[in-house]
Order: sequence, then C-alpha cells, then structure tokens
Amino acid sequence: MPDTAIQVIDVTKRFGTQTVLDAVRLDVVGGETLVVMGGSGSGKSTLLRLMIGNIRPDSGEIVALGQNISTKTVAELAAYRKSIGVLFQSGALFNSMTVADNVALPLREHSDLPEETIEIIVKIKLELVGLRQHADKMPAQLSGGMKKRAGLARALALDPKILFYDEPSAGLDPVTSAEIDELIIDLNEKLGVTSVVVTHEMDSAFRIADRMVLLDRGKFIVSGTPDEMRNSSDALVRQFVNGLTEGPLTQRRKEGHYEDDLLGELGGKL
Amino acid sequence: MHLITGPITALGRFFLWWLEFLGGLGYLLRDTAVAIKASLFSTRGRRLGWQNLWAQMVRVGVRSIPIISLVVFCIGAILAFQMAPILKDYGALAQVADIIGIAMFRELGPLVAAIVLTGFAGASITAEIGSMVVSEEIEALEAGAIPPIRFLVVPRVLATTVMMVSLAVIADIVGTAGGMFVSRFFLGIGFLQYAERTFSIIKLQDFLTGLLKAGVFGSLISGLACYLGLNVTGGAEGVGNATTKTVVYTIVALITVDLMFTAVFYYLGL
Repeated sequence: MPDTAIQVIDVTKRFGTQTVLDAVRLDVVGGETLVVMGGSGSGKSTLLRLMIGNIRPDSGEIVALGQNISTKTVAELAAYRKSIGVLFQSGALFNSMTVADNVALPLREHSDLPEETIEIIVKIKLELVGLRQHADKMPAQLSGGMKKRAGLARALALDPKILFYDEPSAGLDPVTSAEIDELIIDLNEKLGVTSVVVTHEMDSAFRIADRMVLLDRGKFIVSGTPDEMRNSSDALVRQFVNGLTEGPLTQRRKEGHYEDDLLGELGGKL
Repeated sequence: MHLITGPITALGRFFLWWLEFLGGLGYLLRDTAVAIKASLFSTRGRRLGWQNLWAQMVRVGVRSIPIISLVVFCIGAILAFQMAPILKDYGALAQVADIIGIAMFRELGPLVAAIVLTGFAGASITAEIGSMVVSEEIEALEAGAIPPIRFLVVPRVLATTVMMVSLAVIADIVGTAGGMFVSRFFLGIGFLQYAERTFSIIKLQDFLTGLLKAGVFGSLISGLACYLGLNVTGGAEGVGNATTKTVVYTIVALITVDLMFTAVFYYLGL
C-alpha cells in the first residue's frame, strides 16, 4: 500500500452550468479512515463517484493506488475497480439474487475459483458482517441495516485495498447505525484497508474517523482529526459539527434574494 | 420574429433529440454485439451467460406463448370472418386459406407476436433495469468492474431475439389454425382442404422472410427496452415514464421497420 492511497489533485467537476467541485485537493493516507463531511449538495457524493471512477473530472487528476484513474477507459479502470469496494447508500444489492449470490457475484465474475471455494469465501465474508445465517434470504427480506451489512460483505468479496462508504448510517436507527460504525472500525483494524466515508451524520463521523474533512460549496474548508474538528474556531465547522441553527450556513440561505425571486421583474416596477 | 424562430428552434431541438436517441441506441446495440462474443464464449462469461440467458428466455419467451397464441388465433379467425363474404361473392371462398396463410407467415405472425411481446417483455425489461438504476444497482455493477451491457443487456437482447423467432413460428401456426377453425366450422371448408391450400401457397421464402423480420423485431424490442431502462432519471416516476415510452416507441419502430422490410422484399421480389 503506497503512503498516499488516493490523491485528488485540483479536481473540478461541473454539471451543466453548476460547479459542484471547484479545484479540490485531497490526499487519503494508506490505512486511514477519512470521513468526508458536508451538507446536502456540497459535492461529497460527486467526489466519491469520481474516486471510484464512475464519473470523470472536467479538469484535474485523481491518482489512486498509483494509477491516474481520471484518464483511463472503462476497460482500463477494471483492474482498479477490482481492488476497491463500495458500499452504496441503499446497499445496492441485486434484488433478483440471494444475499450469498450477491456476495459471490464479484468472485464469479473476476476469478476462476471453483464454486466450492467461492461458497467458503462467501461464508467468511458474511460472517465478518454477521449475516452468515441470512445467506439464502432475498434482499427484500432484509432490514435496512442488514442490507447495508450485506452490501459491505459484497464490497469485501475481492479483498479490496480501499473501501468507500456512501452515507453508511443514512436511514438507520441509532443502534443499528452504531453497529455499522463498529463494523467499519472493526474491518479497518482487522483488514488494514483504507476507508473513505462520505457522511453528514456527525455522531457516526466522530466515532469512525481518523481524519475528517469538511466540504462546502465544492471546496474543502478544513481538515483535521476528530478532536481538532470538535475544538475548531471556524464558524462554519462549529455550526456543522454542533448542528446549530445560527451560523454561516443558515445566514447564507437568509441572504438569498427572496424579494427579487418572489416579485421578479414586477419588483422593479413597484 | 419569435413566430418564425420558435418553430425552427423546436424543429432543431426535436432533430437533435432524435439524433441523440438514435446514436445512443446505436452505440448500445454495437456494444451489445461486441459483448455477445465475450459473454457466450469466454470461459467465465459462459458459466454466467448461459444460466442468465436461459432464465431470460423463459421469462421473455415461454411465458408469453399463451397470450400470443390467443391473440393470433383470434386474428386468424377474424380475418376468415371478414374476408368470407367478399370471397364468396367472387366464388373463391376456398382462397381464404391462401390469404390467411400469406398474411400470417409473411406479416401478421411476426408483427403481432412482436407487438404483444413489447407489452409483455419490453415494458418489464425497462421497468426492471430502470428500477436497478434508481436503486444504485447499475452503479454498483460499474464500481465492481462488471459491465452492465454484458451482465444485463446481452442476455436480454439474445433471449428476446431467439425467443421472438420461436414465437413467430408459433404465431404463424396458431394464426393459421385460427383461420382454419372458422373455415371448418362456419364456412364449410374442411381441415384437409384448408391445410392443403395453405401448404401449396406458402413458399419457404415467405416463412424465412417472416423469421428474419422476427429476429430484427426481437433485437429492436430488447434494445429499446434496455436503452430506455438504463437512461431512467427521476426515481419511480422516471421508471413509469420510461416504461410507457418503451411501449410507444417500440410499436412505432416495429411498424416502421416492418414497412422498410416489406418495401425491400417487394423490390427484391422476395
């Protein structure tokens, strides 16, 4: 594992006229759990999709595991994608397959292992996330937390070097959310993988992070350890971390030109 | 000014949309053709490909046999009833078998089977793939280095094409049987006489041109269904819209392509 697992170098991404990420720079150190925080629309999910190669930057580079993934074709990206695992927000299990088949799919697709070996690996991965007893269930029969754990088992199937988590706690009750957090910490310790977690759930972020970064309007505004973030004097960080109703984030919304928006051209005539 | 530029702009937009749509569909079918080889004949692809292909063939084709049979039987019977009075006036009632035979084998068998299959399989393919887009399953496939075209589109296009040809054969026979049934019980033409006339009038090229069309119809139905499914945006509503579009666009495409085929066959003397 290189010292820096992922380097995001001056990456800009636009959708139409909207700039979602604006010359973002970020280094993810090998073996760490980095939490990317930010409000809705801050660009954190876009950053995650860029890092897994599902979208391309308009400018800048992303170097992951020593390869520049922003210039690779889909076929060339395959080798990189086999060395990462992604847990999507909804779990993204294939609904037409059992939990075991979901976990077995990457192995069947990317290895020449015999079916008996694949079955053993699937059991090991499911045991890691505590779902071995539910191997034969269909995704529709699982709870939200179980779906995420099954998605995590699938992400682990090929022994990835980097694990990406998109909002792992979203939509879960506090206890299940804490269980998922424990699982993330546990996997990081047991497997020594690099983890990048995108979330806006503060409790979860502070539990799992080695380092945290805060993304706002497409730019990173601060980076630090959980303690540094807790004690930050930056008004925006304080508002975000403490969930305050007063601060730069809410002030920005209040400063929107509501009157102009409401009256439009009529406003000038009045 | 606006009165002149407005319609031109609208026409230009429509033309661009049409080009983009055709281009997208063309790329999908090209990628599918490229992926078919790898999917069916590579060591890993074969294991998953055949199993997946068989499941799709059952779903697309086998389950639609009863409904297609019912529809073409009725159409054969309707044709017999409709033509009987006119043919009787000319003293050529026995030729009802000739007309129904030619109409079924060259035209109605493949076309009616394709239209029913559009509602039966095309819509369900779009809804299935569209739901997979919404639930991040397509992104999960891409992130796992499993190309959605090879994994999802290839088995569906192959299954629909193969089954469409088989269904056209069934439709030809059952449609002819519909005409035979009415002729025997309402027009006084014996089974044997009807069958003899049908066999004497139908040439091999009538049967084969019908099957060629059926194969193209199958690729068209599944290609459009997969393309519209993969391009779903906007959640559940988007899936509904795409499903409706699949049925409408496919029926229009089927009739248009059928006309092109018929014109070409006419000029080639087939």
